[in-house]
Amino acid sequence: MGIQATYLGMPLHIDDLDVENLAYFKHCAAHDFHLQKCSACGLLRYPPTTACPWCMSPKSQWVPVDARGAVHSYTEVHHAIQPAFKAHSPYLVLLVDLDTQKGKPTQHEALRVMGNLTTPEGKLAPPDMVKKVGIGTRVRMVFADAGPGIAIPHWTIDEGAKQPDRPWRYPQE
Amino acid sequence: MPMPTETDATSPKHLRDKYAIVGVGETTYTRGSGMTTRALGTWAVRNAIEDAGLKASDVDGMLSYQSGDSTFSTFIAGDLGLRLNFYMDVFGGGSSTEALVGMAMGLIEAGMCKTVAIFRAMNGFSQVRIGGTGARAAAPVSGDMLHMRAYGWQSAGQMFSPTFMRHMHDYGTRPEQVAAVKAIHSEHASNNPKAFYKKRFTVDEVLASRIICKPLHLLDCCVETDNGTALIVTSADRARDCRHPRTLIRGVVGRCSKPRTDMHYQHGPISTVAGHYARDILWPNAGVGPEDIDATGSYDAFTFTTMLQLEDYGFCKKGEGGNYVSDGTIRLGGRRPNNTSGGHLCEGYTHGLNMVIENVRQLRHDADDSCPMGADGKRQHTYDYREGGCRQVKKCELTANLGWANPGTGSAMVMRRD
Repeated sequence: MGIQATYLGMPLHIDDLDVENLAYFKHCAAHDFHLQKCSACGLLRYPPTTACPWCMSPKSQWVPVDARGAVHSYTEVHHAIQPAFKAHSPYLVLLVDLDTQKGKPTQHEALRVMGNLTTPEGKLAPPDMVKKVGIGTRVRMVFADAGPGIAIPHWTIDEGAKQPDRPWRYPQE
Repeated sequence: MPMPTETDATSPKHLRDKYAIVGVGETTYTRGSGMTTRALGTWAVRNAIEDAGLKASDVDGMLSYQSGDSTFSTFIAGDLGLRLNFYMDVFGGGSSTEALVGMAMGLIEAGMCKTVAIFRAMNGFSQVRIGGTGARAAAPVSGDMLHMRAYGWQSAGQMFSPTFMRHMHDYGTRPEQVAAVKAIHSEHASNNPKAFYKKRFTVDEVLASRIICKPLHLLDCCVETDNGTALIVTSADRARDCRHPRTLIRGVVGRCSKPRTDMHYQHGPISTVAGHYARDILWPNAGVGPEDIDATGSYDAFTFTTMLQLEDYGFCKKGEGGNYVSDGTIRLGGRRPNNTSGGHLCEGYTHGLNMVIENVRQLRHDADDSCPMGADGKRQHTYDYREGGCRQVKKCELTANLGWANPGTGSAMVMRRD
């Protein structure tokens, strides 16, 4: 069965044929991050796909993944397009390298997982928090509930991790 | 013209100089065309056929590209009375132009048709806005978009910015270096009577404009316009009978991609773009290298896209793009001007086709600037590049167009004057 939900004013829809996204977001709804692990070569992959990008095997299992990492790059959006984001601008869109499988199978590859910077409760981060985060900031995953069977994974500052002295930020504030 | 010494070419080169672009056509670059995309496409194709000095019955192939925002070949051909032996409308925006030129060559080579019109017609301001606002923002979020739009990450600028930011991080590229692209393209546009924005901007003005999404200021972003644009491709032999000096196609690479086209950020370095791969097809096929090129058309959806492509196609060393685009090289009068029409930042947004039109005119030595017409009906170019003046590149013999879809996919084409 498919999923319909509303998140920050946006209608979300997962078709009942889209079994990969249904599985991905079902785990998110339980606040438990899972990725597909290839049954043939054993590599994890993101986002959900229908076969393994490294060995073409269609078989995989959903396995729990430790969702911690460091910001690889980001954009800070000042001109929001979706109406519900305007109240939270500027907001950060983060591209995060998971520690899990970083540098595999080749040096510059990583599981780079998208998300907004949010509070630990999954609300879009306030301006003073936005200013603290840049490339290198250590983050951990949190979830924003969107409805039955779906939550949106996000990132918040990992309070328990050793942070870089100065994360790299765009030079013009 | 004498050609540069052939570089090592391991790719097939038997189509080098065998095909030509013989006609170019466009409508006004405007906001609020007051026309359907069908009417825009019809005008652009008609203008291109007339520019080539051909008749409707000479054109028997048609290709177009769009993303659910335009008309189809069937209507343009029907309206103009063309009977087609081949047509196809493909899904795509930026990087489609050069790719479709390559496909047109293949179609003609395969004997499926003889002369192909390629068009892009869009009301990119008044109907489907390319910036992602309006109709596109209101559609339900599903499939792959669940991992993008749900994060307020959907417009081209938002989607590409992690690449731009990482380039600054990795190589120390500075905002004012990249802003020079807008400043220089605006100088070019001030010498282009048909450009939508003809005003000259300074680097400081670009940096003082409001932030859209870091690292992009408003003036780092291209304009959204309504327009139709078209090209006519045929064999080099048939091109001899057309109106203008032949613009020969040296080599094409189409929709060449980084790994993981589903989400290219998975495969780094993310500050590297598709040109890194495409250059190994482009230059051997063309039999020339970046140092031989007189003018470039590096897609400027954003100031950064121009820089990243010039760098990854080898016009400068990796990481030195910021210096290359700000040291005067890409300005009219410089060693290798880029987007002499003002490009997408200033002339108008057409998903790359107008940049090919501009380079065809440059190679004909017939840039449509404000220089006086001579007794022979040809413009007498002054090469005075001050505001309102000339925009013809001196001795323009070889050009390169670098088309951009996104950081992970690009197309390119080298053309030469006969």
